[in-house]
Amino acid sequence: MSTCTDNWPSVEAAAKEVLGEEIAGFIEHCRALPHPESNLIAVLHRVQAKFGYLGTAHLDAIAQLMQIPAAKVSGVASFYHFFRLKPRGKFMINVCLGTACYVKGADRIAQKIIEELGISWGETSKDGVFTLEGARCLGTCGLAPVVMIDQEIHGQLTPDQVPALLEKYLKKARESST
Amino acid sequence: MAKRKKKINLTIDDSKIQVNEGTTILEAAEQLGIRIPRLCYHPDLSLAGACRVCVVEVKGMNYYLAACSTPVWEGMEVRTNSPEIRQARRDIVELLLDNHPMDCQTCERDGRCELQNLAYAMGVRARHFEGRRKRFPIELSSHAVVRDSEKCVLCGRCVRVCAEIQGVHNLSQHGRGFHTIVAPAHFADMDDSACIQCGQCINVCPTAAFTEKRGAGPVWEALADPSKHVVVQTAPSIRAAIGEGFGLPPGTPATGQMITALRRLGFDRVFDTDLGADLTIVEEAHELLTRLEDDGPLPMITSCSPGWINFLEKFYPELIPHASTCRSPMMMLSVLTKTYYAERSGIEPKNIFMTAVMPCVAKKYEARRPEHLMPDGAPYTDAVLTTRELIWMIKCYGIDFVDLPAGEFDAPLGIASGAGDIFGTTGGVMEATLRAASELITGKPADRLEYLEVRAVEGYRETYVAVGEHNLHVAVANGLTNAKILLDKIKSGKERFHVIEIMACPGGCVGGGGQPYPPEGVKVLDPDLLRRRASALYAIDGGKQLRKSYENPAIEEIYSSFLGSPGSPKAVELLHTHYQAKLPRGIR
Repeated sequence: MSTCTDNWPSVEAAAKEVLGEEIAGFIEHCRALPHPESNLIAVLHRVQAKFGYLGTAHLDAIAQLMQIPAAKVSGVASFYHFFRLKPRGKFMINVCLGTACYVKGADRIAQKIIEELGISWGETSKDGVFTLEGARCLGTCGLAPVVMIDQEIHGQLTPDQVPALLEKYLKKARESST
Repeated sequence: MAKRKKKINLTIDDSKIQVNEGTTILEAAEQLGIRIPRLCYHPDLSLAGACRVCVVEVKGMNYYLAACSTPVWEGMEVRTNSPEIRQARRDIVELLLDNHPMDCQTCERDGRCELQNLAYAMGVRARHFEGRRKRFPIELSSHAVVRDSEKCVLCGRCVRVCAEIQGVHNLSQHGRGFHTIVAPAHFADMDDSACIQCGQCINVCPTAAFTEKRGAGPVWEALADPSKHVVVQTAPSIRAAIGEGFGLPPGTPATGQMITALRRLGFDRVFDTDLGADLTIVEEAHELLTRLEDDGPLPMITSCSPGWINFLEKFYPELIPHASTCRSPMMMLSVLTKTYYAERSGIEPKNIFMTAVMPCVAKKYEARRPEHLMPDGAPYTDAVLTTRELIWMIKCYGIDFVDLPAGEFDAPLGIASGAGDIFGTTGGVMEATLRAASELITGKPADRLEYLEVRAVEGYRETYVAVGEHNLHVAVANGLTNAKILLDKIKSGKERFHVIEIMACPGGCVGGGGQPYPPEGVKVLDPDLLRRRASALYAIDGGKQLRKSYENPAIEEIYSSFLGSPGSPKAVELLHTHYQAKLPRGIR
């Protein structure tokens, strides 16, 4: 690999700095395998698991270490819904938009959250506490309409309960940061 | 001996045919004279099977198959035409149109758009669906290449040409489904990407999702401004291709008509980039000789192609010392116009408006490089137009190009040797260099003028040429994937080359990103089309008395009265430059 770019030692050091030794080691391991580029998605998974999202610095570092063109790496990362290209908030709000929840007014719940937080689908609130996502079905239709915040389920919600619910998590966020 | 390929028998539209194993339905049909409609397919690129326009019926299959990407099998029975299959193709094209702006009349590609032609040919005469359309802003960051993703049909040709022919891998499809967009890494702007501005994406795009940055506005303004002395120079390969824009067959030299058309447009002086090429040769041959004598970095690599220089800076910066320090012919001529010519004619450089007509969109970028600005910060080259833009201007002005009387370039910067003409094709700079170097090295008149071994290079060639006591190991590459082979060889140090010519675009400038879109039925990048354009240049060269750059009297005059000698401090100051490693660093 030392011949792949003129400044490999500094490229490698910079990429390791961004991704950390563990992921750099995994990439090194992949490079010894046949078709190393086929491990791109596995690498993306690990990077997202560690950092919560795939930023341009991460993707560029992956591209350099794996020697896969950056356009290809960001093309793959942007294709899959699972991969996030922006930092996610401390808490992930998943509003169920499945049929049962929808019939029971999930859209009104979502609208209330959007108004309260001033963010849209896929976005993160300015204070970095919440990220809003829609889910297709959480499998708890009996509790419809359902909102999942991280791993906690909140069922049979009404729009006027939303502010108190968000406040509960805001409080948690404040406590953990102090 | 090559292994004999297995033969496959099949039937296409009731005609029996035998083809090699591995042939696709589309290729087999072509052998029978059946041209299955297609859009994303290009014979020089990998198969995508993205557009589904080439669907056919195959007996026994309960769905339609894409002819471009399905290999034939024994006993296959294909039907390329039936009411159902024609309906399916029409529907496919109609659905493509439904997510496409309806602005054909004001589109850059109007009349030369493959989607438009296809829609007509498939019989789309009405639009049945009114759906949501994708919306993306036009991306204007680059001096050279404009990206208009609303016009993109996601055929992926640009992605493939960028990766496979140019080895740049700057483009990729991002996102998915309705929101898919072709973009550089991280949805970045072209200017902030590994793009080398060669413009091959423009050439292969079937619509106008990629176009050149428009440059005609300031030229029209200058032409209408009596205080401006408006000068134009035309690159060698323009004369070989401009006729195509007016219905002349590819490969028709149109130097005379082109010059007259430029005069009628109102240009005060019509100069020839070929003189810049002659000057490049003289400086480059001198540089080569110095490097041979002083053990300078060898091989020396030509630096005329701005797309190649961008590639060098982003992908192989460690080889920058190998690039000739000579400015490109365009820049040399622009510099001379605003120094030597300005002095001689008593016109202030700030009143000269220098227009360059180039086969290239990377030249638009090159003209704005800080290395190529005058000491006061104004550019030496004020505007760069592509061949396509000049064709449009001539049409706009109402000039009947085909019947124009022949004109001649203006002295002194319009006098050029045949060696300058052949700069426009792959191997041309090498041949011109060899013509000059042989005299310079041996001190005797060259015993030969034509170096057929470096002509008509399809991609990549290396050879030895005996010059005096030197046996020069030379190589020519066009298309940057081919150039990579050479660059990696240089880096490995196993082989020692002396001179290398690299052109970014396939076929050299005749295949540049600013050349006319080929006529219907001729595919872009077609080697035959490029050869025909090249043969026009060789015909012009062969028909000239003056075929060596050194013998050009205008060059002699410029040196004796202005520059001094090749490689003199003044020549170095005005005609040479240096390059720097750039970011983002591309992945090879």
